Amino acid sequence: MENKFVVHDLNLYYKDVQALRNISMDIKKQQITALIGPSGCGKTTFLRVLNRMNDLIEGVRIDGKVLLDDQDIFGPDVDVVYLRKRVGMVFQRPNPFPMSVYDNVAYGPRIHGQRNKNKLDEIVEKSLRSAALWDEVSNRLFKSALGLSGGQQQRLCIARLLAVEPEVVLMDEPTSALDPLSTLKIEELLRDLKNHYTIVIVTHNMQQAARVSDSTAFFLNGDMVEFGPTETLFTRPTDQRTEDYITGRFG
Amino acid sequence: MTGNRLGNTVATAILWAAGFFILGLLVFFLAYILGQGFKVLSLEFVFGPAANGGVGPQLFNTFYILVLSLLFSVPIGVGSGIYLAEYAKPGRLTNLIRLSTECLATVPSIVLGLFGLIIFVNFMGLGFTILGGAAALALLNLPVLVRVTEESLRTVPHAYREGSLALGSTQWQTIRRVVLPSSLLGLITGITLVSGRAIGEAAVLVFTAGTSVSRHYPDFNPLVSGETLAVHLWYVRGEPLVANAEAVAAGSAALLVLVVLFFNLAIGLPARIYQRRLRGSS
Amino acid sequence: MNNRHLNSQLAYDKLFRYIFIVSAVIVGVIIFSIILFVSKQGLQTFQDVSFWDFHTGTVWNPPGQYGALPFVFGSVAVTLLAIALGGPLGLAGAIFMAKVAPPWIREIMRPATDLFVGIPSVVYGWVGLTVFLPIISKYTGGPGFGLFLAGVILAIMILPTVISISEDALRSVPKTLEAGSYALGATRWQTIYRVLIPASLPGLVTAVILAMARAIGETMAVAMVIGNSPQLASSLFAPTATLTTEIILNMGQTPFGSPWNNALFYMAFMLLMVSLSMILLIRFVVNRRLANDR
Repeated sequence: MENKFVVHDLNLYYKDVQALRNISMDIKKQQITALIGPSGCGKTTFLRVLNRMNDLIEGVRIDGKVLLDDQDIFGPDVDVVYLRKRVGMVFQRPNPFPMSVYDNVAYGPRIHGQRNKNKLDEIVEKSLRSAALWDEVSNRLFKSALGLSGGQQQRLCIARLLAVEPEVVLMDEPTSALDPLSTLKIEELLRDLKNHYTIVIVTHNMQQAARVSDSTAFFLNGDMVEFGPTETLFTRPTDQRTEDYITGRFG
Repeated sequence: MTGNRLGNTVATAILWAAGFFILGLLVFFLAYILGQGFKVLSLEFVFGPAANGGVGPQLFNTFYILVLSLLFSVPIGVGSGIYLAEYAKPGRLTNLIRLSTECLATVPSIVLGLFGLIIFVNFMGLGFTILGGAAALALLNLPVLVRVTEESLRTVPHAYREGSLALGSTQWQTIRRVVLPSSLLGLITGITLVSGRAIGEAAVLVFTAGTSVSRHYPDFNPLVSGETLAVHLWYVRGEPLVANAEAVAAGSAALLVLVVLFFNLAIGLPARIYQRRLRGSS
Repeated sequence: MNNRHLNSQLAYDKLFRYIFIVSAVIVGVIIFSIILFVSKQGLQTFQDVSFWDFHTGTVWNPPGQYGALPFVFGSVAVTLLAIALGGPLGLAGAIFMAKVAPPWIREIMRPATDLFVGIPSVVYGWVGLTVFLPIISKYTGGPGFGLFLAGVILAIMILPTVISISEDALRSVPKTLEAGSYALGATRWQTIYRVLIPASLPGLVTAVILAMARAIGETMAVAMVIGNSPQLASSLFAPTATLTTEIILNMGQTPFGSPWNNALFYMAFMLLMVSLSMILLIRFVVNRRLANDR
């Protein structure tokens, strides 16, 4: 299967501290890749490398190569705005903008130049349907998104992202702030989305990784300890530390 | 032990007394100013031309100069507030700009007036004009605008910015479409605050906008001298030749306070309440 | 995806970034040009007047004698008087609001202190003139103008500055510190006096310094009640003048560029330097102390 991302020998420093060490991994197209590990192990930091969200943080320094479709995302001819349009992100806490449901979803298409009202209506409906939210919000499209429940807000954020038609969806513990039912809905959604998108998801919930992902990477203290097909990693881990983690002996 | 308790009782009594003294002082000031003023205030006084003993032209100039000064100061003040809140990285330049803003905020208004006298009145050759007065007044507004802009932008959750950037928007798009709309109420409150202060300002204007009014009323020409209400109150006090000086002073004082109160209550307060409600619910 | 749109957005992004940087730089340029132009105009004084005589002379009788000491003394005296009267009152008010007052009184006092700021300084001067002046005049037998009345009016004017900054400082003290003191059986006043005030000292000092900066630069209210006599004050109740009042009263009557006029600009420069050094004092003394304490 084709690679979407190729990460080669990535090191990341925050001020004087090295937060990621020699990470190399291939992320396959139209698959779900899960990143697991205890808090502070570097999995979120790694995720934020992939669409350069770390650029916003003062004092972060990166070396190594990250190729998206064979193009170095840190290359001089790459524009970070365009990169983020291709590689979108869903955050740990739902962060809908303080505007209507409709405006939230239409936000991305609008900033990318879509002004046609009919076209926008179409995109909004399609995105909300893809995020399995349409039925719940179709009668309150023009009310504030802040009135939705947490789970709905998170699916709205996914819809908002799908509206810009990214190639890759990065998810940073997207269900950690949600109740079990909402979590289930989002996991179902993930399985649908994978037919069209490449998905990378950070989770500290191992069952979730096991349920939804095709490949899993285990991070510990800034190292990537083990990376492989999810089933293998969870049933026959090669590294003792991975085994300790998945059997719950620490973390 | 009883000593401690006695000390506590005495101190508490003193603190209550201080609190009520301060409140009482304010009530007295407002009651006196408005009480004296209502004997004088009439439509003829408030809107009438100077020839009939009214302060209409001064009231007009007050608002005209305020609006012009906001036209100068809001873009620059809000712009640098945006720079400090959204772009500035910790470093020497940022530090210098912050220090400049703080310094500008403490420059006595009379010094700003003299600076305006050098630059606008003499160097640019405007003479005593509404335009020059507005430009000098803008210097007084500027640091407050920078501060309130920065403060209200900082109340916008970082998650909004990340959410927008992660959709591939530029930083300017994020500011224009997400950050500014979310902080609009704070900005409006800030501008109201600035306006209230600018309306009562006299020291900046005496030597830039001058102490006389145009023969025409209302006169929109920004290149004529324009005495404001606050300057008028200052001027009639020093000129015993003005007829009814005492009544004019009392009326002007009350009118000034009413205008400031209006700005605070009619614009500032609803915004503040609305903002509190917004913050409480979301 | 349409690249033209992206490129135009990137161009806008760059444009606005420059606009904001330029706005910020303008603020810096303004303060430097104020210092530059006011000092340039003011320092020309010393082409005609001896530097020494200006700063130490007590006789102000231009053109001819330029002894500015009465004004410096007047400014310092009204400022100290204002702080002596308004400082403790404002601090007590702040403690009352932050720690003693029931919430509903607090809800009244907040906007009330805002209103104090809203009253224009000419109106403060006018109230001083029409209410306080007759009272003082009655008790002293003199005209009533002077340092004392100016100090009283300024004390009221600086109240909101003292109150709001002190209250913020008092509120920012961690609750745990307070709880620790109560747990040891301290009374509320002991807790305020021994824990809260020391812990918020840098903020309280900032409040006092900013209030002094406001008092020394205040012009209109002081000019209306101090009597405007350019001589060293012989008593608290004798007419005198300050730097600001001398400027506002004479700037209009002296030709621009004349030694007298330049002297007024130099007095403005002195005020400017005093207020700037107060900012530096806050920044480098108070903030540094604060940093060390943590």
